[in-house]
Amino acid sequence: MKKNTLRITKTTKVNFATYLMVIVAFVVLQSMSNAGMLKSALQGQLVPICAYVTMALALNLTVGVLGELSLGHAGFMSVGAFAGAVVASALRDAIPAPGLLLAISLLVGAAFAAIAGVLVGIPVLRLNGDYLAIVTLAFGEIIKSLINNLYIGVDAKGLHSSFVQNTIALGEGGRMILSGPMGIPGIKKISTFVAGFILIMITLVIIFDLVNSRSGRAIMALRDNRIAAESVGIHVTKYKMMAFVTSAALAGAAGALFALGQNTIVASKFDFNQSILILVFVVLGGQGRMWGSIIAAAALTVLPELLREFADYRMLVYAIVLILVMLLTNNPTLKNFFGTITAKFRKSEKGA
Amino acid sequence: MSNTIKREPTKLVPVPSRNKIPERDADKHPILECRHLGIDFGGLTAVNDLDLAIGRSEIAGLIGPNGAGKTTVFNLLTKVYQPTRGTILLDGVDTHNMNTTQVNMAGIARTFQNIRLFSNLSVEDNVKLGLHNHIKYGMWDGIFRLPSYWKEEKRAHERALELLSIFDMQDLADAKAGSLPYGAQRRLEIVRALATEPKLLLLDEPAAGMNPSETAELMENIVKIRDTFNIAVLLIEHDMSLVMGICEGICVLDFGQTIAKGTPEEIQNDPEVIKAYLGGRKE
Repeated sequence: MKKNTLRITKTTKVNFATYLMVIVAFVVLQSMSNAGMLKSALQGQLVPICAYVTMALALNLTVGVLGELSLGHAGFMSVGAFAGAVVASALRDAIPAPGLLLAISLLVGAAFAAIAGVLVGIPVLRLNGDYLAIVTLAFGEIIKSLINNLYIGVDAKGLHSSFVQNTIALGEGGRMILSGPMGIPGIKKISTFVAGFILIMITLVIIFDLVNSRSGRAIMALRDNRIAAESVGIHVTKYKMMAFVTSAALAGAAGALFALGQNTIVASKFDFNQSILILVFVVLGGQGRMWGSIIAAAALTVLPELLREFADYRMLVYAIVLILVMLLTNNPTLKNFFGTITAKFRKSEKGA
Repeated sequence: MSNTIKREPTKLVPVPSRNKIPERDADKHPILECRHLGIDFGGLTAVNDLDLAIGRSEIAGLIGPNGAGKTTVFNLLTKVYQPTRGTILLDGVDTHNMNTTQVNMAGIARTFQNIRLFSNLSVEDNVKLGLHNHIKYGMWDGIFRLPSYWKEEKRAHERALELLSIFDMQDLADAKAGSLPYGAQRRLEIVRALATEPKLLLLDEPAAGMNPSETAELMENIVKIRDTFNIAVLLIEHDMSLVMGICEGICVLDFGQTIAKGTPEEIQNDPEVIKAYLGGRKE
């Protein structure tokens, strides 16, 4: 019976439950939005939620599956955001269809972030230890400074760029896209909730299919025991790179989605705090647990909006809620309680 | 890895390895040959001037008191450490510029004294990781679930169960490796090593923590593995019943020096060995 049949393992079940959860959440929110039942504040949060959920999933691939700490994922998000926004702005007359323009921008964002991932990964992922955390931390800051000093303009001849000082002399009909610390103003909002949902689904498919394949096994083997992985002939650097670059590319796509849902983006938005915020999503949701990351990212993105009535004390309440959630999820009594419930559930499932 | 370690030029003096390999392998090239192998950690010489030859289907033993450098020899053979001196020839090929991964692909698989399983993964996935380099599909085939993914995964699944059946563990395939009892974890490590299709299997204290009946079963299985896979086995073991029972050739180390080599009978009666194990009066 066991042989040759498609076995439905626990992992497969969890994966399908995760897909289902995202689809249900999307359908509910979309129909509420169509019916005009969503508060306008929440309505505006839909695209950022999708972007942050994708970010959390991407970072979970590095932190939970590969087992390396990245403290600069906002840097990859930033690379994707600016690359995507520049492309969207430059091509907005050439490609009138917003869907196609968005898809191209996301791909370009992902590609640029992947290149940044390769550049960071090549020297660092050869080393063992916490070097990735240190280097990505620096990478996030460097990217922020670089983009803060970058000027990009477009005219009939194409893209022009300059660094530190704006020395671009644009031809007739030209316009500035990125002006250093001012960021990119006047972005045409082409990101939609539907696009965000599709991006989350694609991200989930990529992560789940990667994890449940030969390459994914090798990546998790590195996390569990590097020396043993080497002893069975697994190339350490290759698989570390694979996981890290995939993670960076997904973060870049999330960044592009985020940017194209805003009026203005500035580089200082993607700072160290942002990286830590995304890491909080991952840790709170559980390392390697994708559905946890989705819930944590969505909840913690909405929370500051819901806490608006606390006005000045908003961030204080946010911090308290965070601490409470951490305490509760680690509470032994509560853990036991949920443990017995799932055990009973399993028993009844077996009996049936 | 580290370029600071100075390697002395290989001494290819035609010194025949002093130990004899079993007669049936004698006319063939030995699977493993160490010549003057040695490593220093700072001022400490952990292994010195080790000469060893292992026949293609030999079960060989490496014994010695605690701290004699036995596991260090395994780490040298698998390139976890780079040797300071000497040469390792695996099937006639010098391994001096290989790393751990490449040595495995060239044909050495090992188990560890302190078990190193992928404890968060299932038993089957552990074996499939052993099969890693024999599963032929890439990252994109996996992400897009192309036909090669299904074909190769099915083959790997069947092969993994087949290998697990050596130790009658196929029913545990879905269990988490870290949750297995100690003895089963040791056996799983052997299966994982075998999955890499080695020419030489290194077992580091395979019987540690096993009771006499489990040890007896393990002995049978080691011989069975050697016969079915037609490979050589080098094992480190403190359980003398196992070593004397199945090893054809034994090398005894003490403080990094080779103090005796020979058949089990010769080793049992060697005064140097008795002195190393039981202590002897200094003259």
